[in-house]
Amino acid sequence: MQKLLAWIDDRFPLTKVWEEHLAKYYAPKNFNFWYYFGSLALLMLVMQIVTGIFLTMHYKPDTGLAFASVEYIMRDVDWGWLLRYMHSVGASFFFIVVYMHMFRALLYGSHRQPRELIWLIGMVIFVALMAEAFMGYLLPWGNMSYWGAQVIISLFDAIPLVGPTLSEWIRGDFVVSDATLNRFFAFHVIAVPLILAALVFVHIVALHKVGSNNPDGVEIKKKKGPDGIPLDGIPFHPYYTVKDIVGVAAFLMLFSAVIFFAPELGGWFLEPDNFTPANILQTPPEIVPLWYFTPFYSILRANTFAFFGVEAKLWGVIFMGLSIVFFFFLPWLDRSPVKSIRYRGWMYKTALAIFVVAFFVLGYLGTQPASGVKVVIAQLCTVLYFAFFVLMPWYTRIDKTKPVPERVTSK
Amino acid sequence: MSEEGVNPRRRRLLVITSGLGVVGAAFAATPFVLSMMPSARAKAAGAPVEVDIGKVEPGQLLTVEWRGKPVWILRRTPEMLKSLSEDTKFLADPKSAVDQQPNYAQNETRSIKPEYLVLVGICTHLGCSPAQRLQAGAASGLGDEWPGGFFCPCHGSKFDLAGRVFKNVPAPTNLVVPPYSYLSNTRIVIGVDQKGAA
Repeated sequence: MQKLLAWIDDRFPLTKVWEEHLAKYYAPKNFNFWYYFGSLALLMLVMQIVTGIFLTMHYKPDTGLAFASVEYIMRDVDWGWLLRYMHSVGASFFFIVVYMHMFRALLYGSHRQPRELIWLIGMVIFVALMAEAFMGYLLPWGNMSYWGAQVIISLFDAIPLVGPTLSEWIRGDFVVSDATLNRFFAFHVIAVPLILAALVFVHIVALHKVGSNNPDGVEIKKKKGPDGIPLDGIPFHPYYTVKDIVGVAAFLMLFSAVIFFAPELGGWFLEPDNFTPANILQTPPEIVPLWYFTPFYSILRANTFAFFGVEAKLWGVIFMGLSIVFFFFLPWLDRSPVKSIRYRGWMYKTALAIFVVAFFVLGYLGTQPASGVKVVIAQLCTVLYFAFFVLMPWYTRIDKTKPVPERVTSK
Repeated sequence: MSEEGVNPRRRRLLVITSGLGVVGAAFAATPFVLSMMPSARAKAAGAPVEVDIGKVEPGQLLTVEWRGKPVWILRRTPEMLKSLSEDTKFLADPKSAVDQQPNYAQNETRSIKPEYLVLVGICTHLGCSPAQRLQAGAASGLGDEWPGGFFCPCHGSKFDLAGRVFKNVPAPTNLVVPPYSYLSNTRIVIGVDQKGAA
């Protein structure tokens, strides 16, 4: 066995990779609950890829066959219902996990210097994931699939000059059609997953270059023992591999409960309107995206005024774009001398709390008809959403902070 | 990056070669990008549609499909035409200033011949298909002052009998008038502009 390993190591850095990324990768010893979601996101990526591969064996990307082939998977393919529910529920859980993972960064300043690049790569992953989910949602060719895609692609029409040509290029037709379904299938099953896998790889490489942050936001590499190992660091394997397995076990219990007892989750994970095949001449009473897009959908609909000579609809598109673009700039908008929320003052804590509430309210309103007082609340929450980012350089600078300890605090 | 010991001639050749490589890559990418445009078949399916409008009675609406979208052809009665000059106080864009129609349909009736209205039956808000409420007055369920027109059940946008959008509804613009032209008195073709009026 030793000889075999030596033979491989002479030809491929197996032991080196194992040690650098697992056995001798030193992570802070004070990781808490919020640090489960990175490994869970990886689990969900693998789960979506594996279930997706098996679904493509039975699915047909053709407007005449797609809807029926999904029902065929549900009824006639052995265990097909399980694969399909794992994939559809998996999409929602993937977003839950990723939102928790991102919120962790806001809590402990994981996006701050020197980890800006990890954050930027992560944000590109998030955008790619949204594209992946959007295109996947067209594939069942239900009525909500069709009209959702119709509405979102027609947003590109709002772009001056190139808009209409661009949306024709995306659709490959003048309306969402067979050409659109076929190319979305290609993007969903191969192009975007390849990009996602590559991005996740560089996300982890960048993380292991600078080392993990922790709930105290102190750099463990500043205090090293005589052996050159951070005093507050413990090897990722076996300590955190074992910890993450506990997280995976608990997560899978919850995940299975939804798959087996409420795979549609009352319309939140699979919308009722999508159990009707796409109908070009009949719109669903209310076009609503799945929950993970509704905060941004709310922002899109919130603006009802034309100003600076730009019509309301285009402003909506611009605001929706900005609501994601602002996330990219977080590492530079945050001017606080401390990273972790544990040592920040009341201002950042309040701002973050307001942001989270606004995000949830926008998410809820995005599932509701936009009328009357709901429009006003959505507008208010949109303002609060953007205030979190735009005012950040000021409130983080003047906020009173507590002294940060030299070493991590853990019992 | 140290410039020391760099052979300027080699550097220049390297820059030129890289530049040409980028140009080549752009050329190579072109077929891939263009392959995603609507195919010849999609363009053929999006071809103009000929419609016989001779059998449409006054006050009747005919729906045909063009490029996968519903297109309405409404033969308006004199009362309907009269309502178009009386309902302007409700409208956001009574003069059709926003470019939602060919030039030859930028008039009060938004049509070539006032009698026949041709419209794409898709709401300019989020793409639903509005319902017909052609009758004026309370019978429509939209109040006594309703001049007749179209009502989108999705988000409550209202349009009059020329597809002009009401004020304070979610839809930003008037309904789209597609390009169309008359082949004869009773035949129109949707998708081809009127000759001499591009």
